[in-house]
This record gives sequence, C-alpha cells and structure tokens, in this order.
Amino acid sequence: MGGSLLYILLPKAMSSLSDITKSKISSAKHGIFPRELEDEAIYIMREVVAQFEKPALLFSGGKDSITLVRLAQKAFYPGKIPFPLLHVDTGHNFPETIEFRDWLAKETGAELIVRYVQDSINQGKVKEETGKYASRNALQTVTLLDAIEEFKFDACIGGARRDEEKARAKERIFSVRDDFGQWDAKRQRPELFDMLNGRISIGENVRVFPISNWTELDVWNYIKEEEMAIPSIYYSHKRQVIERDGMLWADSEYLNKEADEIPFEETVRFRTVGDMTCTAAVQSEAVELDDIIGEILSAEISERGARIDDKRSEAAMEKRKQQGYF
Amino acid sequence: MDILRIATAGSVDDGKSTLIGRLLYETNSITRDKIEALESASKRKGLDFLDLSLLTDGLIAEREQGITIDVANIYFSTPKRKYIIADTPGHFEYTRNMVTGASNTKVSMILVDARNGVLEQTFRHFFISSMLRIPKVIVCVNKMDLVGYSQERFNEIVTDFKRLADKVSFEGQEISFIPISSLYGQNITTQSEEITWYEGKPLLEELENIDIESMNVKLPARFPVQFVVRPKTEEFHDYRGYAGKISSGTFKTGDEITVLPTGQTSKIATIEKFGQKLQSAGAKESVVITLETDVDVSRGNMLVKTTSQLQPLKEIKARICWMDSQALTSGKNYILQHGINDSKSKIVSLNSKIDVVNQETSTEVSELKLNEIGEVTLKTAKPIFADKYEYNPSNGAFILVDEFSHSTVGVGFVL
Repeated sequence: MGGSLLYILLPKAMSSLSDITKSKISSAKHGIFPRELEDEAIYIMREVVAQFEKPALLFSGGKDSITLVRLAQKAFYPGKIPFPLLHVDTGHNFPETIEFRDWLAKETGAELIVRYVQDSINQGKVKEETGKYASRNALQTVTLLDAIEEFKFDACIGGARRDEEKARAKERIFSVRDDFGQWDAKRQRPELFDMLNGRISIGENVRVFPISNWTELDVWNYIKEEEMAIPSIYYSHKRQVIERDGMLWADSEYLNKEADEIPFEETVRFRTVGDMTCTAAVQSEAVELDDIIGEILSAEISERGARIDDKRSEAAMEKRKQQGYF
Repeated sequence: MDILRIATAGSVDDGKSTLIGRLLYETNSITRDKIEALESASKRKGLDFLDLSLLTDGLIAEREQGITIDVANIYFSTPKRKYIIADTPGHFEYTRNMVTGASNTKVSMILVDARNGVLEQTFRHFFISSMLRIPKVIVCVNKMDLVGYSQERFNEIVTDFKRLADKVSFEGQEISFIPISSLYGQNITTQSEEITWYEGKPLLEELENIDIESMNVKLPARFPVQFVVRPKTEEFHDYRGYAGKISSGTFKTGDEITVLPTGQTSKIATIEKFGQKLQSAGAKESVVITLETDVDVSRGNMLVKTTSQLQPLKEIKARICWMDSQALTSGKNYILQHGINDSKSKIVSLNSKIDVVNQETSTEVSELKLNEIGEVTLKTAKPIFADKYEYNPSNGAFILVDEFSHSTVGVGFVL
C-alpha cells in the first residue's frame, strides 16, 4: 500500500473509486455489519448537536475516530459536519496518520483544530518521561484538558468502545466529567432506554461515545461495507522494528533503544494506531480488508494487547480514565 | 445481522460472572492473551481452575469487594447474531442498576443457585423484568453440579418459581428453565452429558432461536423529531428535513402524518438515509423525513401516522422506579424527559408504593426512596407524546432529572 490513500466515498464521489478497490467490495448493503449500530451512533451524534453548545470530535487518526467522522457525515447530511475535529498531536504520531488526518479534514470539509503536547512541555505543564519506556501517552491528557478549556468545549465525542478493555465496559454513552476531566465510576448517571441526559453544570463537560456498543470486528466490517479509506499503516508493510518484551516496536527517533536492541526489517501492520512509542506492530501479510478481518476472527492477541500503555498495570486504563484520559 | 440484547441478573455468588465468562470462552470470544492473563490471575488467587468470573469483574473497587457494582456491557457474536449482555448487579442496593441494564433488552437471564433455590432477590429480578415488559425470561438454575445434577431439585425450583411468576407475569411473556453448571460448562453452549434427563435446549441454542422480529409486533408509528436539517447551501437551498430515530412502527413514503402538538397534517415526501431514498423505514432506524408541504416542525415534536394518533398528555399517571439517594416527594419539581422531548414537571401526588416481594401496595406513603417503586401523578408544563408503556414500551417510558444536580433521578412508565 505504501503511503497511498484510498478515497472516502461520498455518493457524489463514487466515480473516483478505483477498479481495484471496487473489486474488493461485495454485498455492501446485506453485509454482516449490524446496521442497528449505525442507527444508534447517528442518533447519539444528533443528540450531541441538539443538547450541547460547543461539541468537538476527538480525532486520533485511528480507525475508530475515522469511523466517527463517517458517522458524523451521515448524521447531518446533506448538511456539513457541524463541529470541529480536535487532534491532540503528541509529536510522536506516525507520519502516515498525520498525512491521513489532513487529507480527511479536507475531503469532508470539517474544521480541524490541532493542539500540541510539545507546547504543554514547553510551557512546563508536563514533563517528558525518561527511560526506555518513555512515551507521551500520559502527557496528552493535559494538552486535551487545556484545549477543552481554551475552546470551551462542552462535549467531546470519542471513539472508545466498551469491548476494548474492562474499565471501558462500564462507561456510559454520555459520560459526565468534572472540571479536571475526572471520571468517577460510582457517580455515573443511569442511562435508561435510549434517553440521553446531557444536562451539566458550569465547569462540567461530557465525553460522548457513539460507538460504545461496537466491537473491533464491527468497526472493520463497517469500514469494509462503507468502503472507507484508512491510513496505510493498518495494512501489511515492511518496517524497521525492534523486539522488546515479546512485542515488535516500530523503530523511530522517539524510541529510547538499549544497546542490544538492534532494528531489523519485518513485514508488519498495526492493529491499533496510537503513538509510535506505545503501539506495537504485529507480523502480518494482510494487504486487504478481508485479510484484516480474517486475522481478527482468528485472533491470537486482543487489540489492546498491542498497546504498551495498557500493560503498565492491570488497572492501568481505569487509573488513566480517572485522571481525565479519554 | 441482528442484535440480541440480554440482561443478566442473579444474587451475589450465583455465579453470574462465571456464566458470562463461560459463554465468551465457549464461543471463542476470548483471545489468547486474555486467557493467559486469566490463568495468571487465577493462580494468584490460589485457584487450580480458570476463574472465568475475572473476565467481567472490571473495576478496581469491585476487585476489592469481590462484587459487581455497576452495569457492564459484554459482547460476543455467533455467525447468526451479535449479543450484548448487560451484566447487572444482584444485590439489593443496586436495583437502579438492574433497571438501567435491563431497559434496552429483549431477554432477561435470571440465575438461581440450585442449592439456595428461589430467593427474594430472584423474585425481585423477575418483577423488574416483567415491569419492563421483557418478552423472554430464561431462568438458569446454576451450580447443578453441587446438587448432584438432581432432576428432583430442578423441578422443585421450577415449581417455586412458577408460583411466584404467576403473580406478575404478563400475557405473551415466555419463561424457560435450563439446568446448568457454569463452572463445568454444562448446558451452556452444548448439551450437557451429565444432565441427561433434561430435554430442552442448552442456553446458547435457546438464545440463537429467539425470534426477534416476532417480538416487534405491530406497533403504532412514532417519529420524534431530533434535529431539523437545513443545509442552506447552493445545492440544497430550500431543503428542510426532519432527522430522528423511529421509535416504533413503520413509515412509508406517501403516508399521511400528523405533527404533534400542532395537529397540522402533511404527507411524507421522502425517507432518506445519507442521501439514499427509502420506500419505508422501521423502528430503531435513524432517518431524515421530508414532507410534501411546509409545516411548522421543530425538535421535540413528533410525527405520527394520521391513522394511529395519540393524545398528548399534560397529566400523567406513571409507575416510578426511584434512583436517587434524595427521596421523591409529592409537590417536588423535576425535568421530565420523554425520548428527546422534555418539560418541567411537578409531582402532583404520590399515590402508592409497591412492596415488590410481598406484592402488597400501600397507599399510606410520604416519599419514595432509592430503589423503591411506586405510582405517581405528574403534571407537565408542555404536552408529552407518550403511549401507555404496556401498549408501546419504546414510546412509554421517561426519565426524571433533578433541576439542580442535573442527575437522572428516576425512571417512569406511563400507566
């Protein structure tokens, strides 16, 4: 795939679809993706715009947030996406992700706001981690909370899914956060039927998760049936990696390598896309969506099993959530 | 592919988490790294078997207390359908979570410990399932291994359960009983080799065979307007569409509709999904509807078929399940949210309270406390377009929101 991009398909852009891509798609309308999930997510998106004054979509460049952008397009069609995409750039992103982000914003006509972790470091608000496991993953929370305050965002739409991780299994669709972005599992509002209560007090804001009920497989089936473009690093490619703790880490200038960690070339893809310092690659020959779906169906390792940030401790995700992460 | 939403309930230690873990394990929904994590966690606890309950007991606080404290959503699929399990706590203090978890489901899975039989809590769960009009209840009599897989014991429990169920079940509700052992995987996904006297289906087969379509019996067409789409672009200059999710029934192009509350009528010109035009659309579909004539429609209004109208309500009798530590009292104001519509409301009177376990109703009642169920009369400032819950559940429930804390404090079912 190299660095090339496929096109997002709006109905009017149908003619720009290459023949190769077309042949990959079959039975889009009667596929195995449960359409009820799309209807539910669109309903949630529309509630966000109706109930909040200044929503934003948290865009990471990963497949889940790309799916959100697609759902937002659909929810407000023929109108435009009525909120900006907010990207917290750690500076350690894969270049392919950044390239894709800029292309997608242009393609959909959505407003793109980027805020940088490097700025938070320069302002002395956070300190760069040191050592071989140093990453900027934890640092981005501060940059995100600052951006929420700067733009007075009252709702941030995120692509978290309940199947990803145990702490996320209990997250609400409208998740109220206090001034510090904190999440309190015991103080969550009950969500009954499909009624969403987004009423908040000054200082509070809400994280919204429209694809809460999707699994990783649902996302991939949707990407396939919707003929969506995704960053090329999701597909198999050759890359310089090192092996550490039984995982393959992408070699980059941001990775603190030890003397005996010698990079070598491997055919890999990424199953989840975070920073270059906290996302492990998997060996893969998957060059098409069907190959990726096949891999997931026979999965040996879970999606977040390739997230180095989650491995730090068993309760890692819940602790980061309490502190305002996602 | 369709989705079947299931609520689970059971008392503490009924083995609910183990049952769910077992379902995930036997449908190959657990990846190798998670099984490895499970093995090491089980060993740390000094167990010589895989503790499948560890898969779903998520939060730190829970691990400390060893109980499930909130609704957790768990996913698995078979080639036939996708399953969403709302795992809800079984102990008394968290009844509100049980109602929450069960509110979207079509199936209620109730666990009974074969040694303990039908407890107060079992009945409470069944009562809530019936109050929510859940059409299918599966009673899993668990830990059959601990009673020697005894048919006699199973039959005793079935008889006990039926005696209680007769009091609160509703017409059309289906109840089935399955003897299982979650720990040993008996009658979960495959027919048990131990329980040879049982002629019914194992649990997963029972779930696979539920006909979801037939549950969506003919209901009146209701379309709450969520959002008015007015792009005002060159291409769509005069476009005016009404976005929303159909809550019940079916709409077709050409249908005559009435707008509530104005009573204006028009005809459906198009039903659209992302520019694609549909002939008809049914419950749970998110669509945009355009009308043939210019009528005044805004968020919170409802489109109904002219042939199946409903009377907007300003005085509502409802059953309430209270979910807040501050009790409900007569005379208090709350925001009433029905679907996407809301209004200020006042509790005119608190009429009665239900003792769920003894099935006694008392009319001498001054307040409704957390986890209590009662009947109230409410007044709303604006009309509400609700059906009776019993008749059309997807358009018959509402929530009450505290005006100051903004919390969701109760749920109501229109009587």
